[in-house]
Amino acid sequence: MAILEVEHICKSFEKTEVLKDISFSLEEGQVLSIIGSSGSGKTTLLRCLNFLERPDRGVIRVCGETLYDSENPTSMQDFEIRKKRLHFGLVFQSFNLFPQYTALENVMLAKELLAKEQPDFKARKKEIHEEIRILAEELLRQMGLSDRMNNYPHQLSGGQCQRVAIARALALKPDILCFDEPTSALDPELTGEVLRVMKELADQKTTMIIVTHEMAFARDVASHVIFMDDGCILEQGTPKQVFEHSHEERTRQFLSRFTQG
Amino acid sequence: MELMLEQMPVVIRSLNVGFLQTLRLFAVTLLGAVPLGLIIAFGSMSRFRPLSYATKIIVWIIRGTPLMIQLLIIYYFPGLVLKNPIWGGGEAGRFLAASFSFIFNYACYFSEIYRGGIQSVPAGQEEAGLVLGMTRSQIFFRVTLLQMIKRIVPPMSNEIITLVKDTSLARIIALQEIIWAGQAFMKGSQGISGAIWPLFFTAVYYLIFSGLLTVLLGRLEKKLDYFR
Repeated sequence: MAILEVEHICKSFEKTEVLKDISFSLEEGQVLSIIGSSGSGKTTLLRCLNFLERPDRGVIRVCGETLYDSENPTSMQDFEIRKKRLHFGLVFQSFNLFPQYTALENVMLAKELLAKEQPDFKARKKEIHEEIRILAEELLRQMGLSDRMNNYPHQLSGGQCQRVAIARALALKPDILCFDEPTSALDPELTGEVLRVMKELADQKTTMIIVTHEMAFARDVASHVIFMDDGCILEQGTPKQVFEHSHEERTRQFLSRFTQG
Repeated sequence: MELMLEQMPVVIRSLNVGFLQTLRLFAVTLLGAVPLGLIIAFGSMSRFRPLSYATKIIVWIIRGTPLMIQLLIIYYFPGLVLKNPIWGGGEAGRFLAASFSFIFNYACYFSEIYRGGIQSVPAGQEEAGLVLGMTRSQIFFRVTLLQMIKRIVPPMSNEIITLVKDTSLARIIALQEIIWAGQAFMKGSQGISGAIWPLFFTAVYYLIFSGLLTVLLGRLEKKLDYFR
């Protein structure tokens, strides 16, 4: 069964239609890359999945559970939405780390706040804190940041910041990890270290949705590629289908610079 | 000169009493206006239009009129017009009325500084908190607040130092703060009259106190330097 099913998502800002009837599904352990020119709606789609934007129409289901249904207003209450967001993780283009916390604290914060809602929190406070710290340290080690845990974001390079942000998202064990152009703010060298970490996550069968302009990465790592243009999914399939045997002229045109180069 | 030295102990004692009242008004205003300003800031940022308009109009009126007029109206209006002197008589009543006016006036100024501070924290910070399943109040207290405080320390320092000197406006309703105490020796008090030098001394009190605050607020600013 598909871990994520998205059906007929539409979203307009004022009079501009940004998403026009988007439907797709994703299997567990797959990596979906969404490519397309700027302004094609990729980021808005990710933001809809993370409930940062509210779709005007459509349904979002995760593991068969309906998280959002525009026909059913009770699925949109604030409290409900907060829990539902936890199915998804989101890594931003601009990292959005919390500047007043160290790398380690950034990874721990949300998990600790959530732990406070556990019924046994008061009794096991110290233990829980310890467990979360161990988990956070392990994640940062995995990201290659064992010697940077106690640094503040402004003391880290962009690539290191983005890896902290990935660890922070992973700490909550989301079903699906989303990336919104995670390397667009980085120079080529730093891009490499972030992509390497993402490749490792893909090898570990982490379910991911990656909005990216890194065509080589999309081709080599993704199990599925969606090409978006002007708010529509113009083409989708395996990387081979999309990159080498695209049906649409617009896709070939978009990819031309990459395929020729 | 000799006379001045002779009068000095009397004057200093009197100025100390006045300065204590100045300090009390300063402290009460700060304690009241810092949290009230935050409530007003949330009011003016509210998505509920009537609330945000009402708040903005109040802030406009308070910031758009002299504090001195507000003091006079707040102190005299209840007694003279409503025939109900809610503040009570004597120095205690004057202090209450002055505190009320100052807290409200300064809260309005603070609220605008807060609003600027909150809005200058990038939207991405709130979004990052949201996708991590944090509640809006958790995001405010654990993420936004400290970043806002860091940004508002310099403008707040400015306002706080202005407040030190503004407390002297309370003299208009005869609150016995330090200027009132100093001026008394011009008109004649405790056997001293026609003396202007006590007023110069009041200035020294202000200078020392605002110097102290400048150092303290500078330290706070440094303390928040550990992040950007």
